[in-house]
Amino acid sequence: MAVLSAPARTETPPDPRKRSRSGRLRRAIGDNLLAYAFMAGGLACFALFSWYPLVRGIVLSFQQDNFVTDPYWVGTENYTALFEDPLFWTAWKNTLVFTGFALVFGYLVPLFLAILLNELRHLKGFFRVAVYLPVMLPPIVVVLLWRYFYDPGNGLFNTVLDAVGLPTSQWTQSPSTALFSLVLVSTWANLGGATLMYLAGLQGIPGELYEAAELDGASLWQRLRHVTIPQLRFLMLVLLLLQVIATMQVFIEPYQLTGTTNPDTITVMVLIYRYAFTVNNDFGLAAAMSVTLFVVLAAFSAVYLRLTRSQES
Amino acid sequence: MRTLISETEIRRHRALYFAVLGGVTILFTLAFVFPIYWMVTGALKSPVELAQPIPTFIPESFHPSAYADAWNRMEIARYFGNTVFYAFGGWLFVLVLDVAVAYALSKLRPVLGNVILGGMLASLMLPASALLIPAYLTVTDVPLLGVNLLNTPWALWLPAVANAFNIYVLKRFFDQIPNDLLDAAAIDGAGRLRVLWSVVLPLSRPVLGVVSIFAIIGIWKDFLWPLLVLPAPAAQTLSVALSRLSLTSQVPLNMMLAGLVIASIPMVVIFLIFQRSIIGGLSAGAMKG
Repeated sequence: MAVLSAPARTETPPDPRKRSRSGRLRRAIGDNLLAYAFMAGGLACFALFSWYPLVRGIVLSFQQDNFVTDPYWVGTENYTALFEDPLFWTAWKNTLVFTGFALVFGYLVPLFLAILLNELRHLKGFFRVAVYLPVMLPPIVVVLLWRYFYDPGNGLFNTVLDAVGLPTSQWTQSPSTALFSLVLVSTWANLGGATLMYLAGLQGIPGELYEAAELDGASLWQRLRHVTIPQLRFLMLVLLLLQVIATMQVFIEPYQLTGTTNPDTITVMVLIYRYAFTVNNDFGLAAAMSVTLFVVLAAFSAVYLRLTRSQES
Repeated sequence: MRTLISETEIRRHRALYFAVLGGVTILFTLAFVFPIYWMVTGALKSPVELAQPIPTFIPESFHPSAYADAWNRMEIARYFGNTVFYAFGGWLFVLVLDVAVAYALSKLRPVLGNVILGGMLASLMLPASALLIPAYLTVTDVPLLGVNLLNTPWALWLPAVANAFNIYVLKRFFDQIPNDLLDAAAIDGAGRLRVLWSVVLPLSRPVLGVVSIFAIIGIWKDFLWPLLVLPAPAAQTLSVALSRLSLTSQVPLNMMLAGLVIASIPMVVIFLIFQRSIIGGLSAGAMKG
């Protein structure tokens, strides 16, 4: 490290007031130029892939754009066409049912698992790695693997059900069980994340709270009900919102397991994909569909961001 | 550490505790480990054995050639190479550009810095799927430049940089580095870039690690976006190629399973090595969004 040595300085020091004024200005300009030079690349990426698409998406939903001719204005025609398409309603219904099912299984199971794991004194590392392994697998691996499990012929599930004398199922291939089968895949693949987050939350609960409750004669159930759950309440709300936001965007499970044309499992994202990238290349219609999804998700995101912000301050 | 159930209670109900422990161990093994075991060993079985109505739990005979066939004949090698290239390139772009933005916002404090930060954080409210169509159109014809990025690595790298979460965690970390430290370096004659390189970055190793791991995992696991912007088979990622092969061609099951295993290995290895950072980053992500 260079040491400032006073005797080495030969020139007379400049007037401190003068230096502070012009020097500070020069430094502020220099820092600004440098800052914008530093940010140029990142700003360009945000502009191209975040800010501009937001505006373009909304504009596009009022235009006819099929990739062949130049886009032109059509007013609200895309929205009219969208609301008249029965698939629009089917896709939203399926998406909401999917989200609902996913909450029934995927919301409480991780909480339960985390509370259970937090009490186990052995094999902690194994449980953590095991529950998170599916989350690390690429989603395509998960869905293709489950496709073989679901095979109604000699798939693992039907073989096991048959062996123990339970009725077998057509799984993804029957209208009555298809959507539910997709929920099962998605839950298996994703519950590890929520479980580990709850586990981290549980470890943040001060032990004295439990000791105090115990001294007051609180039973196990009462401690759970009046100490654990209230301490986790904020995290539970955050994860609820995150899960709703994530599951509403479900795509790969229906795309890969039941196809993009199957009305039993078509979801909002699949329908957007279908409008834009099959037959008609109707980007305007797809953009209008995206706007409906955006409005719903942005509402959830806004609540989520407000919550996490208020927690921080 | 004291949890819901005290040590005395556990000791009093030892039998119950070990019964629960055993039950959970069996459940977790069956639910989370067995499917992966089935995938790895399934690829080792012969196609005839795989087609049997009653599946075998241990392969009758081992045929590791499925892995070699997948690597060569299914061209997994090519897609694997593509994905590695995309993941590391994306990681480099994210690291360089997002660190530069966060450092500028945190330590250089430019005019309009807060507006820019606000604009970036606002994009956290935009789910990627809502921007899918216009972002795709942007890739096909980039405004001002007029180039088409379809089937090029840029179509994955540039959007990866536009990640407000990275900016947020990096800036927060940089904010905590005392300015006195930077001033001391400046007095010693270090320029802004030098300060970033020699003072800020070495102090920021943990956060750089988390951002790096999540950038690589993100690109490796991504599906819908690469499916759209990489339509040419030769340019595809492993995930997109596996999807295409499973939907359009008759790949033998053992080869397909081998392909799935190969696609999973890098992620599982990264997880086992960086467990701590990944789990830590996960909790931070939920709370700070």
